[in-house]
Amino acid sequence: MTSSTETVSTQDIIDYATRLGDDAIVIGHRLSEWVSKAPFIEEDVAIGNVSLDFLGHARMYYTYAAEVSNKQNGTDDVTEDTFAYLRDERQFQNHLLHELHKGDFAYTTARQLLVDVYNKYFLEQLEKSNDATLAAIAMKASKESKYHCRRSKDWTLRLGDGTSESHERMQVALNDIWGYTHELFELDELEQRLVDAGVAVDCTTLKADWLKEVTAIIEEATLTVPDQDWAVRGGRQGYHTEHLGHLLTEMQFVHRSFPGAKW
Amino acid sequence: MAEYNKSEAELEAVFQQKIDSEQKIEPKDWMPEAYRKNLIRQMSQHAHSEVIGMQPEGNFITRAPSLRRKTVLLSKVQDEGGHGLYLYSATETLGIARSELIAALQSGEAKYASIFNYPAQTWGDMGAIGWLVDGAAIVNQVSLQRTSYGPYSRGMIRICKEESFHQRQGYVIMMELAKGTPEQKQMAQDSLNRFYWPALMMFGPHDSESAHSAKSMKWKIKRETNDDLRQKFIDQTAPQIAYLGLEHPDKDLVWNEEKGQHDSGEIDWEEFYAVINGNGHSNRQRIQHHVKAHEEGAWVRDAMSAYKQKKSQRKINADTAA
Ligand SMILES: [Fe+2]
Ligand SMILES: [Fe+2]
Ligand SMILES: [Fe+2]
Repeated sequence: MTSSTETVSTQDIIDYATRLGDDAIVIGHRLSEWVSKAPFIEEDVAIGNVSLDFLGHARMYYTYAAEVSNKQNGTDDVTEDTFAYLRDERQFQNHLLHELHKGDFAYTTARQLLVDVYNKYFLEQLEKSNDATLAAIAMKASKESKYHCRRSKDWTLRLGDGTSESHERMQVALNDIWGYTHELFELDELEQRLVDAGVAVDCTTLKADWLKEVTAIIEEATLTVPDQDWAVRGGRQGYHTEHLGHLLTEMQFVHRSFPGAKW
Repeated sequence: MAEYNKSEAELEAVFQQKIDSEQKIEPKDWMPEAYRKNLIRQMSQHAHSEVIGMQPEGNFITRAPSLRRKTVLLSKVQDEGGHGLYLYSATETLGIARSELIAALQSGEAKYASIFNYPAQTWGDMGAIGWLVDGAAIVNQVSLQRTSYGPYSRGMIRICKEESFHQRQGYVIMMELAKGTPEQKQMAQDSLNRFYWPALMMFGPHDSESAHSAKSMKWKIKRETNDDLRQKFIDQTAPQIAYLGLEHPDKDLVWNEEKGQHDSGEIDWEEFYAVINGNGHSNRQRIQHHVKAHEEGAWVRDAMSAYKQKKSQRKINADTAA
């Protein structure tokens, strides 16, 4: 990452940390929907673990955003929960991939493979951020994401190269999800400013490694990498699929029913 | 002396002597068939309760009102899945497969704790369940740490370590609510009112009515009676309710100085039997949920074994080629 003499705007840091928190909370929430519904109990426990990891990442990003925000505004009442519970659909800036519905176990597996491999490369870069807090969060999250990658790879192989039904379900899932991956590798102005300042990850540079690794796993699983032509974008601008609104409705309902209450 | 030389009666005498002298019975030891059956019934019921118990709390993971509470609740529910797993494995040492146990749960032949047939309606219920339901379970499980069957006893020791965290997280939820806004306090009271009596029912019918008690006590599968365990729970819970500043749901509860314990009101046994017999709000839902997840997972389990088989076949092929 290039270092720069430009000073970084604290609002940019808040926004960037919030986005990363949004990605983590939304996928963590989706995974938690599997608890008591997994194909067998060991998986209820294992998916719960991965979900907890993402919740943990979300809390670290949001807590950081809250700290910077309180410092900037001379307040003390912004917390991790302010970001998770008191923002609406248009304000959430997670990548669309994370919010797509839970789907069947193949859908969850396919999505998770794409997310986990992305995170592995992303966090490796974020560890080098010249923002010390973000670098420290990345360091911690990075260890977990390596385990997530192994797990997702194992499941992709089992399902892709398992029975004809599981193969078919995996291929359908990959085809339905693939178009949401392109925006993972794009920068908007905010991120470009932070890349220039050595704070954010230049995610455009991650695509080649990601594609190579994901392709190798998909092919080993006897599946086919979907065609590259369709692409849906908009998460970072709050332009979401209809899935997110329902997720937030459920997640925020109790919190919002009791304004100002502590839990 | 070799066991095959002994008559059934001699074997039984040796077995009972072991139990009387507080030695554990291990999977390879001789045991009466009725002991084995009784254990399978009780241990599998316990395992099923852990697993079915994931549903009412799982129902609120996606609605937990703060990220901290969401994390704690998810960890707790996950622990219950782990408890289910230990208990299924411990039951399997008696020569029965997990798949058979699950089939018995789904057909209704095996039971699970009836408390999970009560619906979880509010966030306060997450507090009441952790505090009272896990609290009652702990009283029972602490006693079962001394149960005569080795694998069950060791399972209970392991599980009890995690259970105290479960009860604490529930009580913490209640404390936050009780000292919160008037609406929150009302929520806590409502949950306490709905879960207190069902929690007392978790200990089962009065000793005089309990079908399995006498034999279970002689074999030390159970170590304390339903009523004794229930009394412990009543006594430990009363000051906890007072500390929260909530009203006690049992209007007849009074301290009996002479006995050194509380006298309490009578449980509504009609409700107890009605819920056990299928008339709770969630009986059908709980089993249907379990069956649905199990059926929807069938293709995943099939894929796993197909993949495993392919992999070992490939290894054999590679080895023969080499
Ligand atoms: Fe339990
Ligand atoms: Fe448990
Ligand atoms: Fe528990």
